[in-house]
Amino acid sequence: MPTIRHPKDFYSGLIFIAFGVGAIVIANNYSLGTAARMGPGYFPRILGMMLIVLGAALSLRALKLQGDPIAPWKWRPTLTVLGSVVLFGYIVNLAGLVVSTIILIVLSSWASTEFRLKESIIAGIALSVLVVTVFVIGLKLQLPIWPSFVH
Amino acid sequence: MELFNHLALGFGVALTPVNLMYAFIGSMVGTLIGVLPGIGPVATIAMLLPTTYALQPVSALIMLAGIYYGAQYGGSTTSILLNMPGETSSAVTCLDGYQMARKGQAGAALATAALGSFFAGCVATVFVASVAIPLSELALKFGPAEYCSLMILGLIGAVVLAHGSLLKAIAMIVLGLLLGIVGTDVNSGTARFAFGVPELIDGLGVVSVAMGLFGFAEIVSNLESTEKREVMTGKVSRLWITKEQFRKAWPAVLRGTGIGSILGLLPGGGAMLSSFAAYAMEKKIAKDPSEFGKGAIQGVAGPESANNAGAQTSFIPLLTLGIPENAVMALMVGAMTIHNIQPGPQVMTSKPELFWGLVASMWVGNAMLVVLNLPLIGMWIKLLKVPYRMLYPAILLFCAIGVYSINNTSFDVMQTAAFGFLGVLFFKLGCEPAPLLLGFVLGPMMEENLRRAMLLSRGDPTTFVTRPLSLAMLLAAAALLILIVLPNLRKKREEVFEEAES
Repeated sequence: MPTIRHPKDFYSGLIFIAFGVGAIVIANNYSLGTAARMGPGYFPRILGMMLIVLGAALSLRALKLQGDPIAPWKWRPTLTVLGSVVLFGYIVNLAGLVVSTIILIVLSSWASTEFRLKESIIAGIALSVLVVTVFVIGLKLQLPIWPSFVH
Repeated sequence: MELFNHLALGFGVALTPVNLMYAFIGSMVGTLIGVLPGIGPVATIAMLLPTTYALQPVSALIMLAGIYYGAQYGGSTTSILLNMPGETSSAVTCLDGYQMARKGQAGAALATAALGSFFAGCVATVFVASVAIPLSELALKFGPAEYCSLMILGLIGAVVLAHGSLLKAIAMIVLGLLLGIVGTDVNSGTARFAFGVPELIDGLGVVSVAMGLFGFAEIVSNLESTEKREVMTGKVSRLWITKEQFRKAWPAVLRGTGIGSILGLLPGGGAMLSSFAAYAMEKKIAKDPSEFGKGAIQGVAGPESANNAGAQTSFIPLLTLGIPENAVMALMVGAMTIHNIQPGPQVMTSKPELFWGLVASMWVGNAMLVVLNLPLIGMWIKLLKVPYRMLYPAILLFCAIGVYSINNTSFDVMQTAAFGFLGVLFFKLGCEPAPLLLGFVLGPMMEENLRRAMLLSRGDPTTFVTRPLSLAMLLAAAALLILIVLPNLRKKREEVFEEAES
């Protein structure tokens, strides 16, 4: 049983293979056409095959080459940062820019190990004033300032 | 003489009050993010791109370009004063710039960096203007086969000159090409890889891809690392240089400008590569190489001139051939596309005011930067005292508003978050995101030209090697690949990057 000596390369290889296989499977639904008249499925299939070959080469090479281990994934920053942005996207139209800004700032600040609640609330309020001035008043973006039930 | 007419036209556009204002905003924002570590020009341009919808195309491009070269000025400030590169392209400036600051010559180092950058900016502006016409004339002779080969050469060049694993970078390009063709196929009308999601029929958004892979992933990885930023603020002494320092610095500025202008032209080139190469060269030709790392003024003058020159000349392939050579230029393609401008050789003839206005604005922006930057250094330093725990939520907020306002839908925000996740994953696995972004932008162009070339040749793939220009470009791409696998050159490449990183 060969061992994985270069985990970063090995797993990135697997990811590329997965994308390649996925592309080919899905592209099977699109007509291939001919070399002279390529259908919508032609180019994706070429790319899919290239990804599989490149991915396989990376993974196989990783059994021989020596490499650093993958740093452990700390979930708190990833989930909080991405989650707070997604939440913002969902509520901004309903809750308005001011409320969603404060929520985004307080929530995403929690991703840092140096989180301070009071400070983040103050920052949220200050930034909501700033973004309303810059984006709504200055750049005239179509964003509601206050929650929709206030009107 | 023609050159002067063009530049006159350009300055006529760049010097209107509105465009002056956008050049100013762009270069100031650029300096700001250059000073701040943890946010680079790619994420910033992605963030501000949606806000340029309402602007005139030329104003939008002037502002976005200003961010890129403004970042080169800002990056040098923190390198010199804090030994902390705000931008990767200023990493080498730390080596000698910070040592100069420790010896109490911070003012001299800053002045050298600013004046060197300004000089380089002036030369690069003229350079862009003078090579643009012949290059775009050449490009107009290209058929689809040539364009395909040119894109292959560009993409290969971009990965060879960037650092990191070659195999991974090529795989990232291919993945980028694949992501690029998501959405409706223009020829058949088939919605590809859309999974029945109506928003995906128009394809993935370049802003989402760039902001996720660069902006969000960067923030997450910064938060994961436990390293503490230390802010040391020495007093900045007199912002001027002695005669002796000037005598040492000016040849380095000239050389740096030369290297930067040339390397900026190459695919994969731009600010970062230029500054690394300029530093390596200064060290090599110095009479006393042992001075380097101990505060040699040439070690500041060379790279700082080079990165600014490189940042500007990297616009040439984009403006003349329509091929972006680095991640920032890939976003400029995105910016041109939202204003319905197809980047390529025809821009210069069909929209001369846009082309020459942009070129002239680079000079204007540089002039503003040199005048405004030195007095503002104190303010930038104060800004650095804002702790990261307060900074990143603000960056996230601007990103979220930017991406939401593209179409006013939460879908775009989701999409960006998804790419953010992918970006963190790639970061963990040591995959550089820049090649993916290049592939993403080139995907549809490449497929279109491949189809046309094959249609013209009636399905005969030898068309790529029987047409001389196309063959030459493919050979050049192959030569690049061979060069890089040759052992001693490979070692050299690693040395240059390691030296810059250590």
